Amino acid sequence: MSVFIIRRLMQSGAVLVVMSLIVFFGVYAIGDPIEIFISPEADQIERERAKVALGLDRPVWAQYFAFVEAALGGDLGRSFVFNIPSMTLILQRMPATLELALSALALGIVVGLPLGMYAGYRPNSIGAKAIMAGSILGFSLPTFWVGLMLIMIFAVDLGWLPSTGRGETATWFGMTSSVFTVDGLRHLAMPALNLALFKISLIIRLARAGMRENMLMDYVRFARAKGLPMRRVVMVHVFKNIMIPVVTVVGLELGSTIAFAVVTESIFAWPGMGKLIIDSIQRLDRPVIVAYLCIIVLMFVIINLVVDILYSVLDPRVRLSEARN
Amino acid sequence: MAGTTQSHSAPAVETPLRRFCRDFAESRIALLGLAMFAIVLGAALFAPLLSPQNPYDLNQLDIMDGRQPPMTMSMGGFTFWLGSDDQGRDMLSAIFHGLRTSLGVGAMSAIGALALGAAAGLVAAYFGGRIETLIMRIVDIQLSFPSILVALILLAVLGQGTWKIVVALICVQWAYYARTVRGAALVERRKEYVEAARCLGLGHRRIVFGHILPNCMPPLIVVVTVQVAHAIALEATLSFLGIGLPITEPSLGLLIANGFEYLLSGKYWISFFPGVALLTTIVSINLVGDQLRDVLNPRLQK
Amino acid sequence: MAEPTLVVEDLRTWFHTRAGIVKAVDGVSFSVAPGRIMGLVGESGSGKSVTGFSIMGLIDPPGRVVSGRILFGGRDLATLADDEMRHIRGRRVAMIFQDPMMTLNPVLRIDTQMIEAVQAHERVGREEARRRARDALGQVGIPSPEERLSAYPHQFSGGMRQRVAIAIALLNRVELIIADEPTTALDVTIQGQILFEMQRLARETGTALVWITHDLSVVASLADEVCVMYAGRIVERGGVDDVLDRPAHPYTAGLIGSVPSRNQRGRPLQQIPGVMPSLLALPTGCSFRPRCAYADGACTEDPPLHDFAGGRQARCAHPLSGATP
Repeated sequence: MSVFIIRRLMQSGAVLVVMSLIVFFGVYAIGDPIEIFISPEADQIERERAKVALGLDRPVWAQYFAFVEAALGGDLGRSFVFNIPSMTLILQRMPATLELALSALALGIVVGLPLGMYAGYRPNSIGAKAIMAGSILGFSLPTFWVGLMLIMIFAVDLGWLPSTGRGETATWFGMTSSVFTVDGLRHLAMPALNLALFKISLIIRLARAGMRENMLMDYVRFARAKGLPMRRVVMVHVFKNIMIPVVTVVGLELGSTIAFAVVTESIFAWPGMGKLIIDSIQRLDRPVIVAYLCIIVLMFVIINLVVDILYSVLDPRVRLSEARN
Repeated sequence: MAGTTQSHSAPAVETPLRRFCRDFAESRIALLGLAMFAIVLGAALFAPLLSPQNPYDLNQLDIMDGRQPPMTMSMGGFTFWLGSDDQGRDMLSAIFHGLRTSLGVGAMSAIGALALGAAAGLVAAYFGGRIETLIMRIVDIQLSFPSILVALILLAVLGQGTWKIVVALICVQWAYYARTVRGAALVERRKEYVEAARCLGLGHRRIVFGHILPNCMPPLIVVVTVQVAHAIALEATLSFLGIGLPITEPSLGLLIANGFEYLLSGKYWISFFPGVALLTTIVSINLVGDQLRDVLNPRLQK
Repeated sequence: MAEPTLVVEDLRTWFHTRAGIVKAVDGVSFSVAPGRIMGLVGESGSGKSVTGFSIMGLIDPPGRVVSGRILFGGRDLATLADDEMRHIRGRRVAMIFQDPMMTLNPVLRIDTQMIEAVQAHERVGREEARRRARDALGQVGIPSPEERLSAYPHQFSGGMRQRVAIAIALLNRVELIIADEPTTALDVTIQGQILFEMQRLARETGTALVWITHDLSVVASLADEVCVMYAGRIVERGGVDDVLDRPAHPYTAGLIGSVPSRNQRGRPLQQIPGVMPSLLALPTGCSFRPRCAYADGACTEDPPLHDFAGGRQARCAHPLSGATP
């Protein structure tokens, strides 16, 4: 087990190094790093100071290490717009995005898993067919347009839910989140549903396929032959087997959910890092763009690592075969 | 089982293309998708002829016509079947022209990504070794990042513009084609006819383009449909976010974005109808793609 | 002879498929007495496994037991409601499956899978159930059962897994065990051990055993009586020595002739010509007719069931002379 984790950690480290090289050459190949990291309004003294700090007078490999050092130290320039360090700016916005993405994934599981399992358990029922038609629609509907339609229905026509912002937040065990207040939840409902729509469709398909496949397995028949109630066969035996692919995919989807939160955040004016990056691209606030890039790459690597470890914990077969190698 | 007996009773009169068409037509919903797509394509191709108004010609627009609900009569004497936007632009005309832009960008990026990806995949599969490792590593790393993120990064670096978004979409998609082509080509490469062609002393190019590539077509066709739908949706999303196509060539995404602020005051049609057009386009392509996958897959396994 | 544990009368299990009705089991009758072992022999597709699953009430749509009686413990299992049947499965009738690699749930520990089998039928505590699981594992010859309880199935070899499956069948002191080719997937030496243990078990506890197999040598060494199935019907049945020494049905004779043995060395094995017909397109009359050397015009009629000495029966118009009526 520990061998597996160590090896996996080393892999992640390698990916990080490669990605840092790509970001570095991306930044330095496209233009003068001074143009990227220093505000056009900065004076000559500040430019010179930055040149030394970034080590632009030194050879390329030294510049690379200077860049990595700056990135690790969280010092990748100040936002032209907000005039605070870009890393700090993004880290401030990150909780809102994580809250949105995690809520969407939770919604995806809570809604998608039971629907998918039902559709797989009774594949020929009318309910199952309706669920599957819904999931095809969920795949095809453009997320941003659905967001607009949600606003039109629930905010404009019915007036039930607010259409913008994060609402009131509260702090609970050191975590500040809008999940802890009623107002916050009301604000969260539509964006989370919007972002979850694609995940719900995905999880429905996964759970349905898993259910159908597993119900035909010998172990299900054997469990029934033991005289177990169908409830236990489905909810324990089949469920545990379905959870393996579902958890893996949901974990891997966390990354893409954070990425696609860009769209949802823009529609619902959710103050997360996705909205920040869109604003920054439009305002050419490059230090923020570079910092976002670094952070999102790091997040992806960490997420992939955690998913792999979780997967090995869930599936005893993987755990053992990995340990043997 | 029924299929095999049928083909036995009617030997060799059926060309592969005919059989393909018959298999495809087995699904009514796929035929519906095909019909929907034909309508969408027709609307895009003949947009200038079908539109009551040229939505880009500012002389034809009348600010007095701004934000008219559907079915109202315009100052110019024609009907705004789907209403008008804030500048008095007929939504129906704007949608026809928007479809033209969206489909055009989707098709261009698909062709570019297909060429690049197929070439990379073929090279990887045919030559193997380090080239293969390098190409497939890049593919793997890129595919581990969501498409929207890759596009976002590229647009952040490249800036805006029609060709830039096409380039961004090509960069997002080539990896899917490369992976598909490599997978199919690897299977083909091991077959005897390729060995035979090599023994005959045919050049690399002849073997790859004359022998391997044609046999990669079935899975490639399926990926093309999926990716075109994906590209259109992604372009619409990016344009909606204001980092895609420029205002001068309003695609469906931009039309939807334009209507966003009016949506809050209950003027739904400016966003709603372009969205329906976009949805119709994507759903029709997906329906066709689903059936193509079903029809082409079993033959692959044979 | 004691009152039979199980009496199957004219059982018919049909599968309603799109291509037509598949009569997988079509009028099968037999009985098993306590402590006796009944071998159910046939090629794959002859309906022997479906017979086993029909007794267990584990036939899923599109299959259905369309007629016949399955008398067990004074009740007809074919008429029982799902819930009543569940209380009999695992509690009074157990089944062991063919492929030990597939019958245990890969993601649940052995103890979980054993304890649930006890608790599904009796209100006993976890500790007590675990103790019984441990005893059962010891009974089937698994070394250090206490430790093995916390293992996952993939940590066992195929033979050990089959022993676990047998131990699960033994948990609740069942009156009848249906074994569906349980040793086919195992090594010959392990097969021998398991056969021996099962035989001892039947003798000692008075458990009746229905042993489904295609292997005549297994039947010869294990069973008391034998039923030979062909295309959904029993073509011959009787005491194991009578049937194997003096087969009355040409099919049985063919099966015996195609078993390789040492004293036949150098001589070509006899083969039954042709293959079993599709159950969708059975010939009229005797379904073995197209492959039978003795077939004539009389065989186009449904063959009569002949009674022979010693309670033997064969369904053939031209029974072989070795069996004296």
